[in-house]
Amino acid sequence: MPYPKDYRYTREHEWISVDGAIGSIGITDYAQSSLGDIVYVDAPKVGDAVTANATFGSVESVKAVSDLFSPVSGKVTAVNEELKTAPDQINQDAHGTWIIKVELSNPAELNNLLDATAYEAFIAEETGS
Amino acid sequence: MTMNLDTNKAEAKPGGPHTLGKVRTHPTQNEALMFEKSAPGKRAYKLPPLDVPAVDFSSCLGKAYRQTPAQLPELSEIEIIRHFTRLSTWNYAIDLGMYPLGSCTMKYNPRVNEFVARIEGLAEAHPYRPESLAQGILEIYDLLQRCLLEITGMDAITLQPAAGAHGEFTGILLTRAWHESQGNPRTKILVPDSAHGTNPATAAIVGYTVENIKSNADGGIDLEGLARQVDENTAALMLTNPSTLGVFEDEIHKIADILHAKGALLYMDGANMNALVGKVRPGDFGVDVMHLNLHKTFSTPHGGGGPGSGPVACKKFLEPFLPIPVLVRDEYGAKHCTDAGDWEDTNAEPTADGCPPLFRAPVLKPDGERVGDSEPMPLHPLGGRLRWEYNRPHSVGRVRAFYGNTGMFIRALAYILANGPDGLRQTTEDAVLNANYIRKKLEDLYELPYKTPSMHEVVFSDRRQAAHGVKTGDIAKRLIDYGFHPYTVSFPLIVHGALMIEPTESESREELDLFVEAMRSIAREAEENPELVKTAPHSTRVSRLDEVQAARKPILRWKPEKQ
Repeated sequence: MPYPKDYRYTREHEWISVDGAIGSIGITDYAQSSLGDIVYVDAPKVGDAVTANATFGSVESVKAVSDLFSPVSGKVTAVNEELKTAPDQINQDAHGTWIIKVELSNPAELNNLLDATAYEAFIAEETGS
Repeated sequence: MTMNLDTNKAEAKPGGPHTLGKVRTHPTQNEALMFEKSAPGKRAYKLPPLDVPAVDFSSCLGKAYRQTPAQLPELSEIEIIRHFTRLSTWNYAIDLGMYPLGSCTMKYNPRVNEFVARIEGLAEAHPYRPESLAQGILEIYDLLQRCLLEITGMDAITLQPAAGAHGEFTGILLTRAWHESQGNPRTKILVPDSAHGTNPATAAIVGYTVENIKSNADGGIDLEGLARQVDENTAALMLTNPSTLGVFEDEIHKIADILHAKGALLYMDGANMNALVGKVRPGDFGVDVMHLNLHKTFSTPHGGGGPGSGPVACKKFLEPFLPIPVLVRDEYGAKHCTDAGDWEDTNAEPTADGCPPLFRAPVLKPDGERVGDSEPMPLHPLGGRLRWEYNRPHSVGRVRAFYGNTGMFIRALAYILANGPDGLRQTTEDAVLNANYIRKKLEDLYELPYKTPSMHEVVFSDRRQAAHGVKTGDIAKRLIDYGFHPYTVSFPLIVHGALMIEPTESESREELDLFVEAMRSIAREAEENPELVKTAPHSTRVSRLDEVQAARKPILRWKPEKQ
């Protein structure tokens, strides 16, 4: 699974794709494949504030519940309502399925994130392969 | 819930059992719901004719009177008995075979525990009985408390919490109350990445933010990293020792020192105490507050036979915050039990040996007639009388009705007394020996991600089997075909594809060898015939269930078909 070059990644396995002042946030293909079948996504509400490196929700799979960490700080402008009934979309297309959209309050935070090459190197190290 | 069960194989044969008018296979292969077996008019009881004036329910109940009868199943007594007996045969239990669920300590529940817990005076004891008449039960609480304090090396204890996570909650409430009494409740709690999921949940419920600590290469806490993370906002570190990898934190005293230097506390999750009892005491290596799981370490049942129990032990400085009521012993207050069931002082002063021989038990004839009193005897070597103390201004309050799950206290105490100190020490040694026996016998076939010596459980990974597409969950399902309950799957999370195995001291070498043989056979199957493992189990009443659908679209209640 290729990691889109125009996305940025966290070491907690979230991605962010930025369009103007709005960033779409999801989890990586590596994250979905480690978690296994996702059965529930707990996301914040529109208008909630999120903080870089802090949790903003969780994903629950058959195996475990994992926290979601925000790559950036800002205000939630949209929540993917389809995930309420079809959380498996993340398993099918992790990089095409956003969980929340955020209006960035400090775009400089993007510089702290990994690019696709660095993220791929990071997961290679993490899996020891 | 209704499930579409696979029809069993015998029924698929030509001329199946139904043509014979009698099922050929055992009827427990499938079992309809009671609602589905219901037929109008069947009863499991017959009432005698009414011998009191009849009452008009509708006028008594008014609007609450129900116009249409409740749709309850109608069955005969033997149908009900058979229904539940059949269901009971589907279960797997420690009484049927090894239950190697890591982190759960599924040890044998000794029959002597059950015998003692069923003694009428204990089983029928009522929580509203006056203290003066409940001294026997209170003595059991007190003796268990003193035993657990001796085992943990702590100073004070409450038996109230209903299970492990509830114990964590209580322990962190104490932590918060103490920090508040120092002027600042602080904001965060540190939790290692190998922790039980209940640890971060507990911290969050008590109002703290959770900060993760990464394990080092040995699966332990990295001291330098910890020292950097602990600050004046750190309320506590929640640590499981041995960790969920079955690894003992051998620098635990240094961990405690780092925390204490910053005014933070060390909470120990006692889930893995089965590796420590009789060997080391958390109170001696710097733990400030901890919980125990009586249903793990002290052999009380996990569900079925009774609820859990999660006593919390703490150091002296946390004692004022313990939940109310607290059991206290009034010194030299030994009393005499009168005919009316009251207690009265017969000798308020201690005798020369400090222990007034004051208790006279009623002497009864077999028909119950009281013929006199026994010779005066000490109620207890400590003397005195036990009572509940509610006046504790600093207490975090009550965390459980009455004083927790009394039936479990009786069982745990029976276990402790039946084993004695040397016996308890041996259970610890045997539990560790059994886990290491399995480790040694399987480490050539299953990847061992952490080479640190194992305590009471061993964690492998499915790395080698995954090369053939066989994952830890598949191996676990295949284990069912070999007659064993699966081990703990995919936990701890820091091991990718974890197989977490805890045999406990209950298993004999013969049973361990059967388990090892099964695991070795599955490893061979994973290489030679991976499909066999990936589609397991094959010998069960139902084949592999669809866990994903069950989680995504659960059917939680039965509904009658629309008529």
